[in-house]
Amino acid sequence: MKAGIVVFPGINRERDMAIALTRSGATPRMIWHKETDLAGLDLIVLPGGFSHGDYLRCGAMAAHSPVMTAVREHVARGGYLLGVCNGFQILTEAGILPGALLRNASLRFLSMDCHLRVERTDTVFTGQYQRGEVFRAVMAHGDGNYFADDTTLDRLEGEGLVALRYATPTGEITAEANRNGSARGIAGILSPSLRVLGLMPHPEDLVDPLMGGTDGKPLFDALAAA
Amino acid sequence: MQREVNQELAREFGLSPDEYSRVLEIMGRTPTLTELGVFSVMWSEHCSYKSSRVWLRQLPTKAPWVIHGPGENAGVVDIGDGLAAVFKMESHNHPSFIEPYQGAATGVGGILRDVFTMGARPIANLNALRFGRPDNPVTKRIVDGVVRGIGGYGNCVGVPTVGGEINFHSAYDGNPLVNAMTVGIAPRDRIFLSAAAGVGNPVVYVGSKTGRDGIHGATMASAEFAADAEEKRPTVQVGDPFTEKLLIEACLELMATDAIVAIQDMGAAGLTSSSVEMAAKGGVGIELDLDQVPARETGMTAYEFMLSESQERMLMVLRPDREAEARVIFDKWELDFAVVGHLTDTGRITVRHHGQVEADIPLAPLNDQAPLYHRPTTETRKQPQINPGKVEDRVGLTAALWKLIACPDLASRAWVWDQYDSTVGGQTVKRPGAADAAVVKLEGLSRALALTTDCTPRYCAADPEAGGAQAVAEAWRNLTAVGARPLALTDNMNFGNPERPEIMGQFAAAIRGMAAACEALDFPVVSGNVSLYNETRDPSGTVRAILPTPAIGGLGVLDDAAQAVGIALGPWLDIVLVGVTKGWLGQSLWLREIAGREEGAPPPVDLAAERATGDFVRGQILAGHVRACHDVSDGGLLVAVAEMAMAGLTGVRLSTGPREIPSHAYWFGEDQGRYVLAVPDAGSLIRAAEAAGLAAVRIGTSGGQDLTLPDGGTISVRALRAAHERFFPSWMDGSG
Repeated sequence: MKAGIVVFPGINRERDMAIALTRSGATPRMIWHKETDLAGLDLIVLPGGFSHGDYLRCGAMAAHSPVMTAVREHVARGGYLLGVCNGFQILTEAGILPGALLRNASLRFLSMDCHLRVERTDTVFTGQYQRGEVFRAVMAHGDGNYFADDTTLDRLEGEGLVALRYATPTGEITAEANRNGSARGIAGILSPSLRVLGLMPHPEDLVDPLMGGTDGKPLFDALAAA
Repeated sequence: MQREVNQELAREFGLSPDEYSRVLEIMGRTPTLTELGVFSVMWSEHCSYKSSRVWLRQLPTKAPWVIHGPGENAGVVDIGDGLAAVFKMESHNHPSFIEPYQGAATGVGGILRDVFTMGARPIANLNALRFGRPDNPVTKRIVDGVVRGIGGYGNCVGVPTVGGEINFHSAYDGNPLVNAMTVGIAPRDRIFLSAAAGVGNPVVYVGSKTGRDGIHGATMASAEFAADAEEKRPTVQVGDPFTEKLLIEACLELMATDAIVAIQDMGAAGLTSSSVEMAAKGGVGIELDLDQVPARETGMTAYEFMLSESQERMLMVLRPDREAEARVIFDKWELDFAVVGHLTDTGRITVRHHGQVEADIPLAPLNDQAPLYHRPTTETRKQPQINPGKVEDRVGLTAALWKLIACPDLASRAWVWDQYDSTVGGQTVKRPGAADAAVVKLEGLSRALALTTDCTPRYCAADPEAGGAQAVAEAWRNLTAVGARPLALTDNMNFGNPERPEIMGQFAAAIRGMAAACEALDFPVVSGNVSLYNETRDPSGTVRAILPTPAIGGLGVLDDAAQAVGIALGPWLDIVLVGVTKGWLGQSLWLREIAGREEGAPPPVDLAAERATGDFVRGQILAGHVRACHDVSDGGLLVAVAEMAMAGLTGVRLSTGPREIPSHAYWFGEDQGRYVLAVPDAGSLIRAAEAAGLAAVRIGTSGGQDLTLPDGGTISVRALRAAHERFFPSWMDGSG
């Protein structure tokens, strides 16, 4: 698995992502946001951080970076694309995934563990989890409140494109488990091709028992094995 | 309009008549406005340490592992594997009162720059915060702004905020303290210093453009507040963490080459202090052309350029012919890059603007003749020792524990640290609240750093010398409690007006206590910051100073991150107390919160016992005998055990304490040098302790869901934790 991690100015979890991918056996390289040739890569990752300071809407400026044309071509070629946190925000701003990420309902930054219920396992991202399985990930965002109109939400659910939802440790979808207030508890969504995943929490920060667990590792193991 | 330069203006700029006379003597003429500005900021308390320097010299600063002690942008210690830790703590107290969000945010930005300017990648932030009493209406707004500011800046730059501390006390009502600490990592042989060298070498400005913000911030930080504090808002700088992030990456990229001769961030007093310090340290002159300085606004004067404290700017001296190479890197990161001058052999700083010489000052006297004061001191009056037998317990253990665990000084800080990204970087082994010190691993290595900030201001107020020693000892103890070998500390000395003898007396005594503890624990001071004039004059003329607060930022190392232990208790373990308990109630939280008395002598630290106890505990942890460890500090033994129980959601059954000490004094006294250990086998641990000449006693066993007290009281750990976590969310958000 040849992976590339896009570095937009202001991104800050690119190293976490590289560590997680490497740990699972992939060989990631960093891609500067002005690169335009992404040939030869199987997976492109848009990592977390504050691209361009998020001084406009989160991810809005990065969505117009030169690299994004190549990212779209990569997706059109059938390549895999993962956007985490700011990366997910960039994907929605670029229109690659539907919806938007609003300020957290509490209007405060949230940094804590959360639990995610796996809604779909026949994807390259979630293939090593069981359906309904709950895994822990690290939440670290100020704008993770997933929003889309009801038609879009109905379509996402109808087509089975909701990959992950915020849940209690035992897998219930409750308002308490949904700390940022996301519509229908949505934490991550897929493209219709199932080759693009955007999610807010960070599985890449839980891949080492020393850092508190390895719940996020199956996602990278599955990707590396693809 | 240019003001006329005279003694009156000098006074407005914070220079005393004597100091202004000295300026006239050095210059041999009336200085220009810009020159007066340069003198006033360089000789401000904030930049010159004129009241504190004579005392700071008493602190031990050397050890075989110390690479650079005080005097550089940050302290540097050898941590093995060819690496160095670069760290410092710095205050942003005055701005955080005036404008909490930006004050705290730029505090984080400033301390980050002190660290990466030395070539280190920042890997952790901590912050030591002190606020006024929670029922003072302004406190809530300040807490909210400070927490958002720290998070807003630290989260964006992508450096995890892993630890810190918060106290509340009415003495901070008008003067909150925001002390920010950054720790970075650099190759041991690639540390960048600020001494300029090479006559003719270009002086290069990089980073943000210069605006009119923060002019005279250093002077503002060198005076007490009066009722007009709000009017000082224009002296507060505005932070841009995105530019800081770019600056970190660009500087580290350039530092991987050998193009840089010297580099210094533009912090307090901006272009003035960075250029003066670099040239003076290198024994060279410097010529600046302000027409080349990237400006955010038009029409700025030389005075404004030199005094601006616009953030996210660096000044560096490059080797000849390396400009182009450096410029490419800064262009890539879309940061301003401008050659603004060159080094000279004149020994002077010469500033030109629009073709005019606006300042021309000899550097040697600007530095050497900076004022240095031996200010008068008076000793703090000692308070009587409290006899625990004479303090009646009217509430019992159960009610006291419920109340203490929920009080503002002991309540869970989760609401605060849940707003700080503590995991970015993927190396955080012990997050906030998980252990007595934060533990952050070094990427790709098994080695980890342990980090803590500590001070108990109420002890310092009652006895600054004992309190100073206690602050150092507690930092050392917290590092030890995770299994780390304490290496060195940074100090942030927060005090009132040094021109008052009682304040200077507090300062001198705190230094004495700190020095003794540093010596005894082999724990030198490698960097620090002094913040004076933390006091407020109310309209009636009454002056109120903060509690003396020598905040200590401690750094230790673990050879193997996997050996670190936290405080969370698991089931089926013996709970052992190591250290001597006499039931010291003076200045304890129990005395304040339960008996309503804020008095007495604070607990003394027996430094020899401290060292022996800590060395023993660390040895047991590294030998793998300890499952959890927590030092006994605020609130005493029962609070320490309760904190371990709550962290692990595991119950404890406690045994009865010794008969000769009143129960409340035994369980809530704050005797120093003690640790609570959770171990599979108390017997072997106690035998080992006794062999080392230390007191150790089994005080209980873990298991179940309840905390069972020696008087039979039973408390649900889950319910206790809910009470523990209630204060912040209910106070700040009206929830929880």
